[in-house]
Amino acid sequence: MEQQQRAPAAVHAEGIVKRFGPTVALDGVRLTVRPGESHALVGRNGAGKSTLVSVLTGLHRPDAGEVTFGGEPAPPFGDTSAWQSKVACVYQKSMVVPDLTVAENLFLNDYGVRGSGSGARRLISWRGLRRQARDLLAGYGVDVDPDARAKDLPVEQRQFVEIARALSFGARLIILDEPTAQLDARGIQRLFDKLRELRGQGVAFLFISHHLQEVYELCTAVTVYRDARHVLTAPVAELSKAELVTAMTGESAGTVTAWHAARAEATDAPDPAAEPVLKAEALALDGEFEPLDLAVRPGEVLGLAGAAASGNTALGETLAGMRTATSGRISVRGRTVKPGSVPHALDAGIGYIPEDRHRQGLVLDRSVAENATLTVTGRLGPWGTVLPSRTREFARAMIESLDIKTQGPEQPVSGLSGGNQQKVVVARALARGPSALIALRPTAGVDVKSKDSLLGVVRRVADEGSAAVIVSDELDDLRVCDRVLALFHGRVVASFGSGWNDRELVAAMEGVGERE
Amino acid sequence: MTETMRPPVAEEADGASPLNRLRLIRWSDFSLVPVILVLMVIGFIVSPVFLTSSNLISVVQQSSELSLLVLGQALILICGRMDLSLESTIGIAPVIAMWLVLPSEGGRFAGLDLLPVWMAIPACLLVGMAIGAVNGFLMLKLRVNGFIATLGMLTMLRGLHIGITEGKSITDVPESFRYLGKTDWLGAPAAVWICLALFAIGGAALAWLRHGRSLYAIGGNPEAARAAGIRVDRITWIVLALGGLLAAFAGILYTGHYGSVAATQGNGWIFQVFAAAVIGGISLKGGRGTLFGALTGVLTLQLVVNVMTLGGVPALWNQFLNGAIIIVALVISRFASGEKQD
Repeated sequence: MEQQQRAPAAVHAEGIVKRFGPTVALDGVRLTVRPGESHALVGRNGAGKSTLVSVLTGLHRPDAGEVTFGGEPAPPFGDTSAWQSKVACVYQKSMVVPDLTVAENLFLNDYGVRGSGSGARRLISWRGLRRQARDLLAGYGVDVDPDARAKDLPVEQRQFVEIARALSFGARLIILDEPTAQLDARGIQRLFDKLRELRGQGVAFLFISHHLQEVYELCTAVTVYRDARHVLTAPVAELSKAELVTAMTGESAGTVTAWHAARAEATDAPDPAAEPVLKAEALALDGEFEPLDLAVRPGEVLGLAGAAASGNTALGETLAGMRTATSGRISVRGRTVKPGSVPHALDAGIGYIPEDRHRQGLVLDRSVAENATLTVTGRLGPWGTVLPSRTREFARAMIESLDIKTQGPEQPVSGLSGGNQQKVVVARALARGPSALIALRPTAGVDVKSKDSLLGVVRRVADEGSAAVIVSDELDDLRVCDRVLALFHGRVVASFGSGWNDRELVAAMEGVGERE
Repeated sequence: MTETMRPPVAEEADGASPLNRLRLIRWSDFSLVPVILVLMVIGFIVSPVFLTSSNLISVVQQSSELSLLVLGQALILICGRMDLSLESTIGIAPVIAMWLVLPSEGGRFAGLDLLPVWMAIPACLLVGMAIGAVNGFLMLKLRVNGFIATLGMLTMLRGLHIGITEGKSITDVPESFRYLGKTDWLGAPAAVWICLALFAIGGAALAWLRHGRSLYAIGGNPEAARAAGIRVDRITWIVLALGGLLAAFAGILYTGHYGSVAATQGNGWIFQVFAAAVIGGISLKGGRGTLFGALTGVLTLQLVVNVMTLGGVPALWNQFLNGAIIIVALVISRFASGEKQD
């Protein structure tokens, strides 16, 4: 540790300023990551994290300030291969070519023809390439078959391949941008184990995450940015969660968890005798989940917890009509819903917040107003017309009630921050005043404050007498629920009241310690 | 709290001043308007004939059939699909219609005499719609690649056209076709008025009808559209059928105007159709573009040809210049709009 403190920092950035037109994206920020350190960079959306990553990876030229890698000044702007030998970023979206093998991905645009030492070879030696790939992967202790197609690998193994590739270029600093967003708990564990192992070899990590629990699990130091400025850098061990959240939001932690209070008031609201709003009987989807019964009463929020392959996402999609159940029936307020049809589900009063806002939630090129009213076009004018004035009014009401930060209803959704985009998706689901709201991972990739207001909205919908279902593996999402069912491999393995503790629930989602 | 989710009855005008809204208009949709003005100035300099009403009317007359194909293609592209077979539909639909109504003997072309002559136009439109529907079946039900499927359809229909007509032109054009192709209304050809009306209807539908507006959602992100309860496949199918219908209607106007159907009617048009749509700001990836933009794309292409003809450029060089113009127009509109064309 002593030695590491004295060695030059893996990366040191000082006084970085970056402006985009009138917007100041980074205002004299600094960051130091020591060799062999996992350093977390946290901040709400818009704090400047992604801009800093672009500066550190040579994609943006800073307007002012200095970056050094291992004590040496950063390569000139535009010299891609020099930057590659210093630093690499593993993005949320995978940068491997899905249809090529692992070996090909590792040596993309090189193929061992250049730099293999055996002179001016022109042809690719496939056997040599595979051997080199195997050696490289083994060197970093990555157990991946070099002949496998990249698309067949689990997400975390694809990330290992990307990390191994970056290390093979000589980079000793790896930036991980929300690496766990697409992973289930087990994948996260494997990723973290690997990162700790590589840290032992002197590799430094800059870890960007919205998930504070992961910061505490993995990182030794944390830097907080807020509104393009540096707020604090401290060892993780000396910083409590509440202090960290305060630093990120600039508010005291009490207000941040307001929905907990709201939940407490509502605990006695669901009347066990009340007729369920949303009911599923013997609902099953082959290969995803086995027959199960659900009943969600008015005022109740039901949590469907489960890891990536547990079937909880498929169950949520089936309830919303995105998938057709193999058997069983769904009913809302006693009326059977035609299976596998979103229009019928909507008519029956099911509102749907899809899992991935980019894939199923938004039409990015179109305006906030258009996206928010996509489910209610039938109500915005007579005879199938959609009147622009009514659309705007409707959107403005939505923007106000959900506190969406936008220039106006006409702004394209692509210009909003992640949290506000998600609010537009929620607006779309609420536009019809649903009697049952199905939310799939409603807070994925949004900042702490948006997270609270989004969960608050779900809670509010239930408190007004509707039913809500949250499908998630995030404990924070599940905390608003009155009842949580844990799914594992397509079966309900446990059911909890509101008084569950984290350990029990996580154990159930991971298939250990089955109850009932 | 639900009350706040519903639009308030009376809305004070606050953030939405007209000026504010003006800022968010996509100026790229108008990027060809200055190009058209420049072309008109050049045309005026090149030849005094250019600004005569007869010349301008002939330009718009020649644009009318192409513009109908562009209208159909634009709707299909906004949905995120494409249909290459439109250029064959413009020939085969009138041929089949005439084949069904013409007497089996007496004329130079032996028909089947199955339907009364007044059925010529409805039959032609139905054939176009059926072709679009078959394309829809291939793309949406069998899930084959739309580019290759409609390329196959293009080739097959061209072959059918040549097979039925034995490679000859048909000159026994029904009177109803002739009327639509040749009549003048208010001093301009009926075809021009009809085209303008159809573009206006189409533009209004995209702006103010829920199903029209859903095309942008379908092309922009089909999964999001489905999750919002839009019947994506059904609407795409209808749009494809509509595209075929418009192509067939273009066929009626073209046949009526020239009084015959050549075996090559429409041959090679699809390139012009795509070029006009793309320089007019329609994205090949779907979800972006307006019909007004598409219309300016057609006019630009036709004006260039007209100005060159008046300028005395030999007809043998037309094809070369046409291609060059498409590329130049693409580059201009790419930088005028500042958006990527993908």
